[in-house]
Amino acid sequence: MRLSDFVVPEAILPDLKVDTKEAAIRKMVESLAGCGSIQTEDQESIIAAILKREELGSTGIGNGVAVPHTKHPSVDRLVATIALAKDGVDFASLDGEDVFILFLLVSPPDRPGDHLRALENISRHLRNHNFCSFLKQATSSKAVVELLDEADNNQLG
Amino acid sequence: MFPRSDNFIAAMHRAVLMMPNQMCIREVTVNLENGLHLAPSSQIVQLAQKFGCALSIRKGERTVDGTSMLELLTLAAEHGAVLQLEARGDRAEEAIEAISQLFERNFEVEEPA
Repeated sequence: MRLSDFVVPEAILPDLKVDTKEAAIRKMVESLAGCGSIQTEDQESIIAAILKREELGSTGIGNGVAVPHTKHPSVDRLVATIALAKDGVDFASLDGEDVFILFLLVSPPDRPGDHLRALENISRHLRNHNFCSFLKQATSSKAVVELLDEADNNQLG
Repeated sequence: MFPRSDNFIAAMHRAVLMMPNQMCIREVTVNLENGLHLAPSSQIVQLAQKFGCALSIRKGERTVDGTSMLELLTLAAEHGAVLQLEARGDRAEEAIEAISQLFERNFEVEEPA
């Protein structure tokens, strides 16, 4: 699985400015809806499901990264977006640090394997210092998409 | 075998008892229908932190640092995967027991919606 298989380029938010975790999640889901990757009428239900998942435990996994996610019957394939919050967002992360890179995933309930492989894929790239560092410095969707392509093609060292 | 004095054996015994790091190994199976996704991985990391242990987790040929979420998630351990846990630290035995129990209880969490 490649990042380009599930990250929707049009939904990337390279400069997310929000004060709360809930606002970050809302903006990201709205962005997916805005480009038609999810239906607008499902937007609130998806936001609610992601927030409910966060209540089980933060998806802020440390290293300035969060992966808010949910399964939702309205999607028939895994869709995701990325947001970069230069000022950081308090995500109640495991390590107590603010989050600067967010991957938001919505996956079909009957495809748990895809969700696991997407998490594997995201984590594998985020372990790469170059990937993280370049991602934090990206200022446009185009730059993020190019970086994802380089990561998919293992060009980041 | 070389003959060893009682003093030598006693000294070795003391050395073993004073070893700062215990090591414990145990094999577990992932019974979660959705595999070892983010919530259960987070529970493992938190237990390793609680007991102040180094934890490595092996799946097949790959071994990752079980105290790092990013590392743990790269295992993509699906339902049925067999993992070998290895804890090191003063409380390694407690840690491995607690983490094994997580697997036995199937993490006792609702699957995220």
